Amino acid sequence: MTEILQMIKEMLGYQFIVRSLIVGVLVALCAALLGVSLVLKRYSMIGDGLSHVGFGALALSAALNAEPLTVSIPIVMAAAFLLLRLSENSKIKGDAAIALISTGALAVGVVIISQTTGMNTDVNNYMFGSILAMTGTDVKISVFFTIAVLVLFVVFYNKIFAVTFDENYARATGVHAGLYNTIIALLTSVVIVVGMRMTGALLISSLIIFPALTSMRLCRKWLTVTICSAVVSVVCFASGVVCSYIFAAPTGASVVIANIIMFGLFSLVARVRKAG
Amino acid sequence: MNLNELVNMKDASFGYEGKPAVTELNFSLKKGDYLFIVGENGGGKSTLVGGLLGLRKPLSGAAHVHVKKNRVGYLPQQTAAQKDFPASVYEVVISGRLPKTGLMPFYRKKDKAAALQNMEKLNVADLRKKCFRELSGGQQRRVLLARALCSADELLVLDEPAAGLDPESTRELYLLLERLRGDGLTLIMVSHDTANALRYATHILHLGGRQEFFGSPADYAATELGHRYLGNCFDD
Ligand SMILES: Nc1ncnc2c1ncn2[C@@H]1O[C@H](COP(=O)(O)OP(=O)(O)OP(=O)(O)O)[C@@H](O)[C@H]1O
Ligand SMILES: [Mg+2]
Repeated sequence: MTEILQMIKEMLGYQFIVRSLIVGVLVALCAALLGVSLVLKRYSMIGDGLSHVGFGALALSAALNAEPLTVSIPIVMAAAFLLLRLSENSKIKGDAAIALISTGALAVGVVIISQTTGMNTDVNNYMFGSILAMTGTDVKISVFFTIAVLVLFVVFYNKIFAVTFDENYARATGVHAGLYNTIIALLTSVVIVVGMRMTGALLISSLIIFPALTSMRLCRKWLTVTICSAVVSVVCFASGVVCSYIFAAPTGASVVIANIIMFGLFSLVARVRKAG
Repeated sequence: MNLNELVNMKDASFGYEGKPAVTELNFSLKKGDYLFIVGENGGGKSTLVGGLLGLRKPLSGAAHVHVKKNRVGYLPQQTAAQKDFPASVYEVVISGRLPKTGLMPFYRKKDKAAALQNMEKLNVADLRKKCFRELSGGQQRRVLLARALCSADELLVLDEPAAGLDPESTRELYLLLERLRGDGLTLIMVSHDTANALRYATHILHLGGRQEFFGSPADYAATELGHRYLGNCFDD
C-alpha cells in the first residue's frame, strides 16, 4: 500500500502529468454528465460515430501540421450536427447512417495517415490515447472547452431533462427541443475531441456510456443519476490513471477497465438489494 | 376573425408521412369551450391532438390555434419515455413549468410552489420523491396530469385522461376539470366516456377517419350516429 502511495506521489511530482490529470478529470466529468442524456435518448451510437470522425479529423490536422484541437473541434461539431439530422429523419435508418459516416471518416483518416506520416506513435496515440501526448496548448484549449461544457450543462440542466424525458411534450409547450438536442450534440462533440487525445478514438465513447449505465443500476432520480455518474466517472478515471502508471498500461484502456469493474460492482449491489 | 376564437380548422387533414389519418376537419372553438373528441379506435383522435398541439402540420387545409405555446398543457395518451427512465415524480411534474421559465436556467420559488400545488390537486404529493417509473399506471397518469396543469394557463389538451383511473379518481378528475374551466381554461379531451361527455361538454367532435360530427351534445344525441355511439349509456 505504501508503495502505491509512494508511486502516486512520484507521479504527481511531474507537472505535465498533473496538467493532463486536470484535463482528464474535466473530460470525465463532462462525458458522464452528457452521457446520461445520450444513453436515455438512445444517442450512444452518435458518440461512437463522432469519435471516428474525430480520428479522421486528428489525422487531417497532423497531415496539415495544424493545431489538432482547433481543426478537429469544428469538424466534429459539423458531423454531430449532421448525425443528429440524420437520426431524426425517419426515412434514413439512423444507425446505418451513423455507421456510414463513422467508417467513412475512419477510412479517410487511415488513408491520410498512410500517405503522410505513416503509422507512427502519433497515430497510435490517436487510436489508443496517451495522457502524455498533450501539449501545453492542448491543455489550455481543453480546459477552456471542458469548463464551457460544464457551465452550459448546468445552465441547460432543466431543459436537457425535459427534452430527454418527453421531447413531444417539450415541443408541444413551446420548448425549443431541436435547439437543445443540437446543444447536446455539440457539447458531446467537444467532449469527444478533447477526450480522444487521452483515451483514444476507439475508447472515448465508453467514457460517455459507462458512468450513466453504472449509476442507473442504483439511482432512480435524474438528479442522483447525474451526480452519481459524475462521481463514478471521476473515480474511475483517477483509479484508471493510477493503475496505468503503476502497471505501465495505456491510460484510456485502464480507465475503461476501471469503469467496467465499477459497472459490475453496481450491478451486484443492485441485485443484492433486489433480493434482500 | 373572432377575437375569442381559439381553434379554427378549415378542411384540415392530418396524417403520417403524407398519408391522411383524419380528414375534412371543419370546426372552431372559443375561449372557455369544453370539447370532447370521441370515436372508435384508430379514428384519428390522437392524430388530431398532435395537430392541435403543433406537433404535426396539416397535410391540407388550414389549422389555427391562437394560443401561445407556453400556455398550453398536454396529457399524452402514452408516455414517450422508456422503461427505467430515472426521474422522480417531482422532477416530472416541475418540468411542466419549464415553458414558463424562458431563458432562466433554474426554477423559481413560484414554479416550485405551482408544482407542489398541482401535485396536491391530483393526490400525488405523497409520491413526489418516488421514481416515476415505479408507480402504477393510474398513478403515472395522475402525475402527468399534474405536469399538464403546471403548463396550462389557457388551453389544456388531454388524450384519454381517465384511462387507467379508478372510479373515485375519475370523478375527482371531472370535478377538477370543471373548476379549471371556471378559472377560464379551455379544455379539449379525447374520451370514450360518453356519459360524462354528455354531462360536461359544450361541444362534441366525432371522428372516424374523417369528421363525422361537430356540435352540441344535445344535437349529437339526436343524430343517428350519436344515438348509436351513445346507445349503451341510455340503456342503463
Ligand atoms: N406513428 C404513426 N405512423 C403511421 N400511422 C399512424 C401512426 N399513429 C397512428 N397511425 C394511424 O393513424 C390512424 C389514427 O390513429 P390515432 O392514434 O389518431 O387513433 P385514435 O383515434 O387516437 O385511436 P385510439 O382510440 O386507439 O387512441 C390509425 O389508423 C393508425 O394506424
Ligand atoms: Mg388515441
